[in-house]
Amino acid sequence: MNEQGYKKIFGRPESLTETPFHYCPGCGHSVLHRLVAEVLDETGMAGRTICVPPVGCSVVAYHYLKLDMVEAPHGRALAVATGVKRVHPDKLVFTYQGDGDLAAIGTAETIHAANRGENLSTIFVNNAIYGMTGGQMAPTTLLGQEATTAQGGRDAKLHGRPLDISNMLALSDGVVYVERVALNSVKGVRRAKKAIARSFRAQMDGLGFSLVEILSPCPTNWKMTPAQSWHWIDEHLARVYPPGVIKDDTGYED
Amino acid sequence: MRGTQVVGETAVRAGCRYYFGYPITPQTELPEYLSARLPEVGGSFIQGESEVASASMVIGAAASGGRVMTSSSSPGISLKAEAISFMAGMEVPAVIANFMRGGPGLGNIAPSQADYFQSTRGGGHGDYRLLVLAPAGGQELADLTFAAFELADRYRNPVLLAADGLLGQMMEPVVLPDFVDLDELPEKSWAVSGCDGREPRSVYSYIADPVLLHRHNLHLQEKYELMAQNEVRWEEFRTDDAEIVVVAYGTASRIAKGAVNQLRASGRKVGLFRPVSLWPYPKAALRSLASRVRQVAVFEFSSGQMVEDVMLSVGERAEVYFHGVAGGIIPTPADVADYLDSVMNGDGRVGRRMDI
Repeated sequence: MNEQGYKKIFGRPESLTETPFHYCPGCGHSVLHRLVAEVLDETGMAGRTICVPPVGCSVVAYHYLKLDMVEAPHGRALAVATGVKRVHPDKLVFTYQGDGDLAAIGTAETIHAANRGENLSTIFVNNAIYGMTGGQMAPTTLLGQEATTAQGGRDAKLHGRPLDISNMLALSDGVVYVERVALNSVKGVRRAKKAIARSFRAQMDGLGFSLVEILSPCPTNWKMTPAQSWHWIDEHLARVYPPGVIKDDTGYED
Repeated sequence: MRGTQVVGETAVRAGCRYYFGYPITPQTELPEYLSARLPEVGGSFIQGESEVASASMVIGAAASGGRVMTSSSSPGISLKAEAISFMAGMEVPAVIANFMRGGPGLGNIAPSQADYFQSTRGGGHGDYRLLVLAPAGGQELADLTFAAFELADRYRNPVLLAADGLLGQMMEPVVLPDFVDLDELPEKSWAVSGCDGREPRSVYSYIADPVLLHRHNLHLQEKYELMAQNEVRWEEFRTDDAEIVVVAYGTASRIAKGAVNQLRASGRKVGLFRPVSLWPYPKAALRSLASRVRQVAVFEFSSGQMVEDVMLSVGERAEVYFHGVAGGIIPTPADVADYLDSVMNGDGRVGRRMDI
């Protein structure tokens, strides 16, 4: 209660700076940064956390999150995080990566860090497009989806098919937990926060590698309004990448 | 001790606790050694899925404040060039050992010095410099490996050990340095560890604002200038009354030294100038020597790379000659003596004149 008699029920998370986000209207990164900050605040882990942000739209995540951070070359986030974790095995180390970073240029680093069972967490932002470079085809781009390097839409014969890397990773015994969530509803946002918290908890319990895939809107490069982009996730993206728990060997009750 | 193991054990004694690498001949004995040795001292060894990944693991450990190294041979160093550029831009210290082999491409596994340009001119993208140290024997492998960790930390910059495949395989007696006490090393006030009780730290090279990136580059250049002033290393051998000097580094300098001794035995006034730091190059020392001799004869296991630095240093002060072999052929001291003899006679049989 403050002196006016009002109770503060919503505010900026402690782990978020006051720098205004540079992200486009409707972009999922702003929401997701906030969720990460909330989880770290609620668990009191911010001061013992090291983040490896990607090359991509959130390359400057250190402007927004009050965390120690180490940059990685494009695709190498999980290799950099592996090096960080070997020096600081008792700290929470997570990567925050887009689809191009994690599932194209960094596929080898991703699969091998996961398969080594590196005790790390990965937040995988899948918006099925290259954001920072301006709308090129991603490994996760849907068939028929327009991209500046797949004009007329992605064609399986020319460009191959969308890559479901989360399910591939779940096959590895080194991976303890994989969940896919969609950031296009209140329910989905809440689910995303829970999944991030679970992944961080699994790491602090030393269980091994975990990943949360986030289906995230990119209205700018999808050439839609933010509202249309939420619908597009339900009608298209989530049909190829259905949200849900893909693997959970944590043994946690909730 | 075998050269690769000298580097491995010295690294441990210099406080290195993290090694990330990928097997490649002719230096795989080094990761093999450290895979057993690092766990004994509480360290960590990872055989990465690639050189690309291993070098990025180095970035992570270096940014976290650890003393860390990787090693490879020529094609592997090409793959590590990405991360090396990042290390330079992010200003994280690390030691990288290159046991050079024949190139280009897959080339072969025989000793070579054909990565001189790659070592001293960048290899990766952007305006950056590495400290490049070129050992010429077992003891120097130990001395320079030890120094490399100190220098990397002092300048917050990657340091490259430019060795060749022969140095890695050669066995020589070595006096190893004492163990560094890790607790006595200066604290790295820039390294990440979690921001408990202090402001958050970021280690990065992405600087979107052109003015700020320009300033960052000016800062890097100031640092490189400081290295150029303080870290020049070279050796001169029998140069006092020399009329001709052979310029060679690494294993090539060992062969050249044999040639100098042979020629001296028959009264020829020959000396050796051996660069130990390839960057910064000992320009001033070579320039001063060049003004006292008539001829400067470069000898490399390459088709002519360091010779460009020799020409830049010598200018018009002496005649510059080059003789090199690529592909992993190792000439004998007699071959080099023959080259120097040809230069002195001016008969053009071996080598070629470079400065005309």
